[in-house]
Amino acid sequence: MSGTRISKGGLIDRSTLLRFRFDGRDFTGHPGDTLASALLASGVRVMGRSFKYHRPRGVWGAWFDDPNAVFNVTLKGDELPNCPATTTPLVDGMEARAVNAWPNAESDIKGGLDLFHRWLGAGFYYKTFMWPDWHLFEPSIRKMAGLGAVDGKVIEGYVADQLHDHCDLLVAGGGAAGLAAARAAAEAGQAVVLVDDHATLGGGLYQGDEPVEGEEPRQWVATQEAAIRAAGGRILSSTTVYGIYDHGLAALAEDRGFARAPRLWRMRARRILMATGAMDRPITFADNDRPGVMSLQGAAEFLGRYGVLVGRKIAVLSNNSQSTPIVAHLRAAGAEVIEADPDEGTLRALDGKRLSGVQIGGRKIDCDTILASGGLTPTVHLWRHAGGKLDWSAEKAAFVPGAAPQGMVAAGAANGTFDLDPALAEARAAALGNAPETVATGYRIKPLWPQPGAKGRQWIDFQHDVTLKDVELAARENYVSVEHLKRYTTLGMAADQGKTSNMAGLAAMAAIQGRPIPEVGTTTFRPPFVPVPMELYHGTRRGQLVNPLKRLELEAQHRQAGGAMCEYGGWLRPGWYGPDQETAIRAEVLAARQAAGVFDGSPLGKIEVMGPDAAAFVNFIYYNTISTLRPGHIRYGFMLRENGLILDDGVVARLGPDRFLISCSSSHVASVELMLESWRQDGNDPDRIFVHDTTPHWATLTLTGPKAQQIVAALDTGVDLDDFPHMTLREGQFDGAPLRIARVSFTGDASYELSLRAGKAGALWQAIMAAGAPHDLRPVGVEALSVLRAEKGFIMVGKDTDGETMPHDLGFGVPRQKKKAAFVGDRALHSDTANAPDRRQLVGLTLPEGALPLATGAHIVTTGPKPRSIGFVTSSYFSPTLNRPIALALLEHGSERMGERVTLRHMGQTATATVSAPCALDPEGERLNA
Amino acid sequence: MQLFPCPFCGLRNEREFHYMAEPGKFRPDTSSQISAEDWAAYLYDTRNEKGRVREIWMHQTCRELFVMERDSVTMNVLGSTSLRASAGEAAE
Repeated sequence: MSGTRISKGGLIDRSTLLRFRFDGRDFTGHPGDTLASALLASGVRVMGRSFKYHRPRGVWGAWFDDPNAVFNVTLKGDELPNCPATTTPLVDGMEARAVNAWPNAESDIKGGLDLFHRWLGAGFYYKTFMWPDWHLFEPSIRKMAGLGAVDGKVIEGYVADQLHDHCDLLVAGGGAAGLAAARAAAEAGQAVVLVDDHATLGGGLYQGDEPVEGEEPRQWVATQEAAIRAAGGRILSSTTVYGIYDHGLAALAEDRGFARAPRLWRMRARRILMATGAMDRPITFADNDRPGVMSLQGAAEFLGRYGVLVGRKIAVLSNNSQSTPIVAHLRAAGAEVIEADPDEGTLRALDGKRLSGVQIGGRKIDCDTILASGGLTPTVHLWRHAGGKLDWSAEKAAFVPGAAPQGMVAAGAANGTFDLDPALAEARAAALGNAPETVATGYRIKPLWPQPGAKGRQWIDFQHDVTLKDVELAARENYVSVEHLKRYTTLGMAADQGKTSNMAGLAAMAAIQGRPIPEVGTTTFRPPFVPVPMELYHGTRRGQLVNPLKRLELEAQHRQAGGAMCEYGGWLRPGWYGPDQETAIRAEVLAARQAAGVFDGSPLGKIEVMGPDAAAFVNFIYYNTISTLRPGHIRYGFMLRENGLILDDGVVARLGPDRFLISCSSSHVASVELMLESWRQDGNDPDRIFVHDTTPHWATLTLTGPKAQQIVAALDTGVDLDDFPHMTLREGQFDGAPLRIARVSFTGDASYELSLRAGKAGALWQAIMAAGAPHDLRPVGVEALSVLRAEKGFIMVGKDTDGETMPHDLGFGVPRQKKKAAFVGDRALHSDTANAPDRRQLVGLTLPEGALPLATGAHIVTTGPKPRSIGFVTSSYFSPTLNRPIALALLEHGSERMGERVTLRHMGQTATATVSAPCALDPEGERLNA
Repeated sequence: MQLFPCPFCGLRNEREFHYMAEPGKFRPDTSSQISAEDWAAYLYDTRNEKGRVREIWMHQTCRELFVMERDSVTMNVLGSTSLRASAGEAAE
């Protein structure tokens, strides 16, 4: 016989019935049940199949320590994979399926795999599927392995809240110690947050159902909760502290119901009190994984919390004193209990179709359930997350908290204090920062560890199917470090993270090697303590909120003009105007060359550098000499990194003797500003130089083309355009606001860059469009602009340069040879690498009319039997102006190859082109002054 | 997530900070000859010490650089000084 519901006791509401299905059969339970407790109460024992051998499995523990019962659960069409049955609260209408089993857990067709266990030990995959190639076998093995299946549907609104909070004292664990500590601290005026993963607090108090300080457990818990709240403390139930991070940061996952994403609390605590209790460990014996072999503590929890008696005739195999109150509780609930010393003889679970008894040496005990307890292991995960040390207690045969991490303290069973009254005293003292009195423990244990060489299949890790023989194999093959043992056998690597298996595994390794357990040590404890969905970390950081786009002041105007808005370097900009990309780009390029174009250059960097030392500073920052630049004039130049590589290019304008305007690339504003700020403060007198990024405050509209000047002249700016040479800047006004007009050109045609306060951009756009209408002015998008600049051989940093490009590779070698003053990156331009003769240099590639444009990224290769890449295409377009394809490339010895025909390869295709100067249009620059 | 003390803004989340450099490292005077070894040492050699370290960080939200002292093993923060005050101390 298996589990039954007793008529009274537990924390469930028997007056309400909840219906659910498991593996196709109908069941009922009550509010307060978990899926596991409701199934146990209905007599179900087999709740899953093991990972590798497909052995039938029942629940082992009653809470987060259970490795066996893992379900795919559906509720109202929402499905979640891999729900632990023991921690999933039962909801009316749930449909659960055991994972890794088909058609169901009771009769799984892959159950036969277990017959081949002799050949399926640890490392079997690595050894067996080596020849001819692992990848041949991988798909089918992957299909066999794994737990739940994802149905692929997105659950509406599955978004995790993420909260930031802080407190004086965070108490992890709402059992006896946690409640006592939280109350003491709250009443002493501390801001306390008490966190417990159960819906109902009380921890292990319901296991033995004994009075606490003279009160019934439920009553005592209620008294403490009320007192905590009255003193201003907060209680978060159904919430797990799953990780401790630096500087007192605790990560909390709050369960908000099935198919709702948990809520993440980032709780910054001045102090953390760990009152997380202790877990029962399994005893390692033959067939200890059979359904019906359970944790003693787990059975006590099922009885105390859910009113479920897990068996009628129960054999209790316990080596420690925690069993006394639990056995009394089981007997009071009507079970027949036979206690036996597990050390009396060799153990073996006996079963036919159902568990029928236990063999102890020569003695056989008839029973339907075996409750095993190998001793209590303090739940020290959080302690180790925070960097606390562990000490081995021989008296308690367990690792207990040792040297404390900063701001952290442990109390109660988590601290190895398993007796109730000392635990309460210890918790109250710890809450107030006092040292507790040391009280002799009443806990007694006769250590019992796995015995190497023992007969039969003895399970160490139930979830990953690791047996004692696998540990022995690992030791034979010299995987003796626990970290190697873990990875070789996958012990402790399952979803339960070895909560039941780690102690047994390291004790087995210690026994095999004849070393003491503390010398073998534990593996690293890492968050999360319990499985949490990835969504918890993700939260609302999705879509636009991950990396918000920068928006243009004139976005509405661009859209109205038919602008196709695309992302360029973090900005949402018009790529082209009109429904058809190709015709639009062609028309825009031709308009800019033949009449006039206007483009929105607002994302272009506008960083002002001011102050008495500004001139020397900018001269130091730039590769080019800037000190000789006169006010009102503009110069093109590069900024380098100290390793000589190009950081950015752009123009710098001198607005006055002590004031410069740095116009960096749209996508490099942040990195340039950071570089300027770092040199300003580290290496200069920060009171004599000021760096101010004004990029978002100014909008820029650039008019370019033969008609550009006439259009600007039609605007009322107060600037005389007649004596206004290329590469100078004038200040005027528009609509009462200051206006800057810069004569710089990214197209090769005469251009006027108009910048003004962003709020006035709409008015300027309107005025330009009106003034331009008689001149066939067209708005020009980013794509057409890229073609226009490529026709001129103008580079885009990051596109036509890479992580090896120096300015002399682009034909800008003069400052490297001539500039006297120190500048960023100067020495690196004379390194062996910089002087290497085979550097890749910028060139143009010329193709005949009618040829297809080259692929960007296509490699230029040597001819001969073993072709080698000597360069690659960085930009490639069809030029409407020249009516043929154009391209820029970085090519070894590029400047010496002018006129040479080269071969290009891309994705199996071959092409040829002629090396030419980068500038394909108007090399003399006559159009600038046309 | 760690808490770092900006000397100007107080304790703030580590995400607001950016590591900049090692203090006490000076740029060679490139107006005179610098050997390749000295330049390489300036570019690439970092002490990357275990234990107590001094580092220059930027608090990105206020843009100020400062020197922070911390323990690279325990992650304990031992203090911070503005870069100017730190430069003043070094000069004395």
